[in-house]
Amino acid sequence: MPPKAIFAAPGDHHTPPPPETRPLAAFRIEDTVSAPTASRNGVVSALRRHPPALIGVAILAGVTLLALLSPLLFPGDPLAITGEPFLWPFASLAHPLGTDSLGRDILAGVAHGARVSLRIGLSATALGLVLGVAAGALAGYKGGWTDAAISRLIEIFQTVPSFVLLVVLVAITQPSAGTLSAAIAIVTWPTVARLARAEFRSLREKDFVLAARSLGYSHTRIIIHEILPNALPPIVVTASVMVASAILMESALSFMGLGDPNVVSWGSMIGQGREYLRSAWYISALPGLAIMLTVLALNLIGDALNEALNPRKRGGRA
Amino acid sequence: MSHPALSIPAFAVPHAITPLLEVQDLQVHFGSKPAVRGISFTVHEGETLALVGESGSGKSMTALSVMGLLPDGGRASGTIRFAGRDTSTLSPAARRALRGGEIGMIFQEPMTSLNPVMTIGAQIVEALRQHQPLSRTAAKARALELIDLVRIPDPKRRFQDYPHQLSGGMRQRVMIAMAVACGPRLLIADEPTTALDVTIQAQVLELLDRLRRDLSMAVLLITHDLGVVGQWADRVAVMYAGRKVEEGDPSALFALPLHPYTQGLLRASPRLDDAQHYTQGPLTEIPGSIASAAGQDGCAFAPRCPQAVAACRAAVPSLRILESGRKVACPLAHQD
Repeated sequence: MPPKAIFAAPGDHHTPPPPETRPLAAFRIEDTVSAPTASRNGVVSALRRHPPALIGVAILAGVTLLALLSPLLFPGDPLAITGEPFLWPFASLAHPLGTDSLGRDILAGVAHGARVSLRIGLSATALGLVLGVAAGALAGYKGGWTDAAISRLIEIFQTVPSFVLLVVLVAITQPSAGTLSAAIAIVTWPTVARLARAEFRSLREKDFVLAARSLGYSHTRIIIHEILPNALPPIVVTASVMVASAILMESALSFMGLGDPNVVSWGSMIGQGREYLRSAWYISALPGLAIMLTVLALNLIGDALNEALNPRKRGGRA
Repeated sequence: MSHPALSIPAFAVPHAITPLLEVQDLQVHFGSKPAVRGISFTVHEGETLALVGESGSGKSMTALSVMGLLPDGGRASGTIRFAGRDTSTLSPAARRALRGGEIGMIFQEPMTSLNPVMTIGAQIVEALRQHQPLSRTAAKARALELIDLVRIPDPKRRFQDYPHQLSGGMRQRVMIAMAVACGPRLLIADEPTTALDVTIQAQVLELLDRLRRDLSMAVLLITHDLGVVGQWADRVAVMYAGRKVEEGDPSALFALPLHPYTQGLLRASPRLDDAQHYTQGPLTEIPGSIASAAGQDGCAFAPRCPQAVAACRAAVPSLRILESGRKVACPLAHQD
């Protein structure tokens, strides 16, 4: 019979472990360190740490440069016939990327098309952002029936298939860069508005907004100066993807012949080349490649911005 | 002959002169739920009034009503007069001019009360330029002075800092700098030290008291910490479940609390001079919770009161003024 003392010995596995005690200070330190930052240096260095984003920036810079320099590099109308038709790429020094079915220079078309695509992509996004942020900010900040009315309006827009609405809008107006941008903005603003509304709804409850009101700031000033800068990160990320989708929408419209017939655009070039897809596929493929690269570049930048500006993801990447 | 009152300094202005802040029968409701059930108090020029009570007693809602910043769904009734003007009759623009201009406010949570994406310098400059016609450079110079005034070392460097680069105590100092930037006549401090370390609390309170004297402001100090009250307040009003239950001079109130709730509060606080220190025995707690006051007729404290009699549950006891000038809302309280 073993002596009783063995069971009561210190270090016995029956002894309950001491209750876990954590010093209070351990909780506090985390609270102070994880404060959100949105300094510009942070974004730049985050882009630098993200190689795909650098590729995106490089491609976008190239496309932008091409668009800006196109009147100098390719003076004259890109829709003018400049050589014999169906000239393959690299076959002639005068037409490095060949010519289309009518003998128009494809490189000149791609360069001038970049102007159209970027201009419409940027202006449609800018307009969509202004409309969407204004509506979303008002709905999220004011609440009540303002919020209810704007939310219902957003829902109405989102229940209509967006491309159908876009085609209708373009069909009833004279197609030009301005009307195309406006139509694309009308189709895309609800996405931004929903995002901005959600951000403003949560931010308006923050202590710093109450503190701002206690200093006598007006509602307009609080919306623009206090809340908007804090709501901006997710909106910036969305904007980069919006530019890409606006470019795609413009291309799709032009492909269907609904774009401005007087300017060359990537979409219209693909559309005109589709009849010769089996004999001269390069006529459609080259502007298609331009669209793909530009959209890819914008998406890569969007991903990197999301990593850099999203506090949840930033915490995960040590 | 000039009026004799004109020759005496501001801190000795007799109570007959219009008080700086006069709250009369203030009630705040959220839907049908009352948060404040008829509170009246006054704050005079240069004085510190402490509003004391536990969580849920309506202290913060009282302060926000004075600012006109009740949360959505809150309705206030009763009158609030600031410097003789009824604030409910002011236009929205005039109310905004009051907020930050004549009434400053600091909040409980310094960690979240500053805009995280702006430098503290820019935030102080903004607060200054909201109410004063200052140029950018003049505002910056004044902001640097304010940072120095609230005892933040190295103002030039701190000016460029973002809130997350500062500690809680430093952030509360920045909040104070913003609140006093335009030289308010009244500073409302809603639990200004609750979120801070004990060592920082005293420094911040001392800063508030010094600023009160230097800038000749009145302070409405809202707190649940009786230790804070004893040292820094000129007058104390104890709140329970949306009503004022006792008011008086802090030394008299601590020496002889009259209302059973005040007595309970004092017994529940550790005191150095007492034989009863929490290392020697447990602190006495007040049984029950403030939630028991809901839907109750009569004295809100009756369900938790050890001395309650049948009359306490019949009608709300009115605030009596005793011979000594102290006020108490308990029919059983008496001064021996």
